[in-house]
Amino acid sequence: MTLHLVLLVAAALFAVGLYGALSQQVVVMVMMGIELMINGVLLAGGALWWFLSPTPDGQTVLLVVLAAMTVEMAMGFAVATVVHRSRKSDMTDSATDLHG
Amino acid sequence: MITAILFWVLTALAVAGGIAVFVVNSMARATYALAVSFVAVGAMIVMLHLDYIGVITILMMLMEMAVMAVFMVMFMGMNPALMPMDMTHNKRRSVILAVLVFVVLAAAIVFIPWPNRTGSPADDLTKSLGDAIMGSKMLVMLTISPVLFATIIAALVLANPKGRYDRYGDALDRRDVDGHPDPDDPIPGGLG
Amino acid sequence: MSDGAFVLVVLVPVVVAVLSAVTASANGVLDARTNGAQLRTGFAVPFQETARLLRQQRRTLPGADSLLWRISSAGIGIAAVLKVLVIPLGGFTFADLPVGVVWFNAMDVLLWALWWLLGWGANSSWSLIGGYRFLSQALAYEIPLMFALTAPAIGAGSLRLLTVQTAQTHVWFVVWMPVAFLVFAASVVAFASWGPFQTALGADITGGVLLELSGIDRLLVTGGRYAVLVAGAGFSVPLFFGGGAGPILPAGVWVVLKTCLVLAGLLTVRRLFPTVRPDRLAEIAWVIVVPLTLLQLAVVAVIVGVNGGAL
Repeated sequence: MTLHLVLLVAAALFAVGLYGALSQQVVVMVMMGIELMINGVLLAGGALWWFLSPTPDGQTVLLVVLAAMTVEMAMGFAVATVVHRSRKSDMTDSATDLHG
Repeated sequence: MITAILFWVLTALAVAGGIAVFVVNSMARATYALAVSFVAVGAMIVMLHLDYIGVITILMMLMEMAVMAVFMVMFMGMNPALMPMDMTHNKRRSVILAVLVFVVLAAAIVFIPWPNRTGSPADDLTKSLGDAIMGSKMLVMLTISPVLFATIIAALVLANPKGRYDRYGDALDRRDVDGHPDPDDPIPGGLG
Repeated sequence: MSDGAFVLVVLVPVVVAVLSAVTASANGVLDARTNGAQLRTGFAVPFQETARLLRQQRRTLPGADSLLWRISSAGIGIAAVLKVLVIPLGGFTFADLPVGVVWFNAMDVLLWALWWLLGWGANSSWSLIGGYRFLSQALAYEIPLMFALTAPAIGAGSLRLLTVQTAQTHVWFVVWMPVAFLVFAASVVAFASWGPFQTALGADITGGVLLELSGIDRLLVTGGRYAVLVAGAGFSVPLFFGGGAGPILPAGVWVVLKTCLVLAGLLTVRRLFPTVRPDRLAEIAWVIVVPLTLLQLAVVAVIVGVNGGAL
């Protein structure tokens, strides 16, 4: 278990998540992709903390990442609910109002 | 030795779980594949001596996935296991982009000359995290809490089709002769 | 963990299973007394049921998600054992986690997933309704529980169970954290979907989550419910009842003894409450119980602040 290995795993998780976020049509599935990306960020943060600078207060950054994840989930579900209610659909392709 | 084996098993679980999310054609399986991936990452974070953050990740993500499954079933409105269909777009370009991102990240990871380790971990890392939150890094948490609070309110405003006033009308304290709210509360609960 | 501990770890599931059987028997006896049947028949109920289910053939509805279903039926007992692993027996503990209290919380959240999956996997509407009922009930009890769990942690100034236990050398936490204990005890009953919180398995939905379960799977789930009760009661010992502290007998025995007493309490009190509907529970739990728990936390924090530590 070295810094390189853990970071590579984190990069793999990030890439898989990116694929999901880009390719999925269903809002909830897109959110799963984003979650997976944040998952990779979290792991990378933990690895960088332990292998580079295990100072006491560095852990706080990871709490911020977790909080960001929570906000993403809550707002994602809220928006998904609104889209679903107003258009009876949960596809990203039907919500392109902001498309220029 | 045990650490190495554990690390590789967890790696396999995390990555395979992540891939499975977009491969399996059952909503429940996709959601819980993601949960497996998160639990594996949480365990890895515990292996990196971040006990609190690791266990909290496992806790939060299991909870989140349990709720996510409900939303999945609610919004999909059909069972892809019964009606196979492809709910994706730009699949090829997405794969190319994802692979590209991984290659760039991997190259960066391998070629960046990482600095040497500085500082030393505290004896009790959980306690030191608590001290940091309540001490030098208190401002961070003070910023996060209003953000989370605002999120709760914003999410409720967006998602709730009926607010307080739709529930009871203008007169929130209007009562019927039997003491019950009038008109009767359309959203029943233990208190009214 | 030393070599001896590795051998002892194998015993943990056995002890949990035995205690679960005892609890189930005691419950059977109390049921028999209520129904006016012979106490002996009540005592034998869990053993007869075990023998019956072991011989019963599994049946599965077409379209059932067997993988998730089987995982979740086996998982409930496993979650209970994982909880028990961190309970200290005096100065000894199998897994001395620095965040034992959070571990317990993580394992009870695992039960959210397991109960819902049990409902989902069967491919039966009644089961799925049961799974949803459990989730909505879980949303109601989890918020007060999370606050309640922090009370002993604040009292001891640590999330490590050994420290929480030793902080109670003078006064048990249950004395000055009664609200936290009550919320904890109610949540333990709710984890097991038992007593007043059994709507997920309610008769009105023909057994809900249990409906389609048969054979060994049903045995694992019904046994797992009692194992979850045992684990929860066992966990209350280091959190609220001073852990293994007690005269003459060794600490490990005291832990088991206190666990049994808490279980006896749960078995008795269970009969005094009607079944609570999850939708009603949410409002009660969030509007009444959460503020009460916060008040409890404030009291604990002030006491700890003034006293400079636990009482």
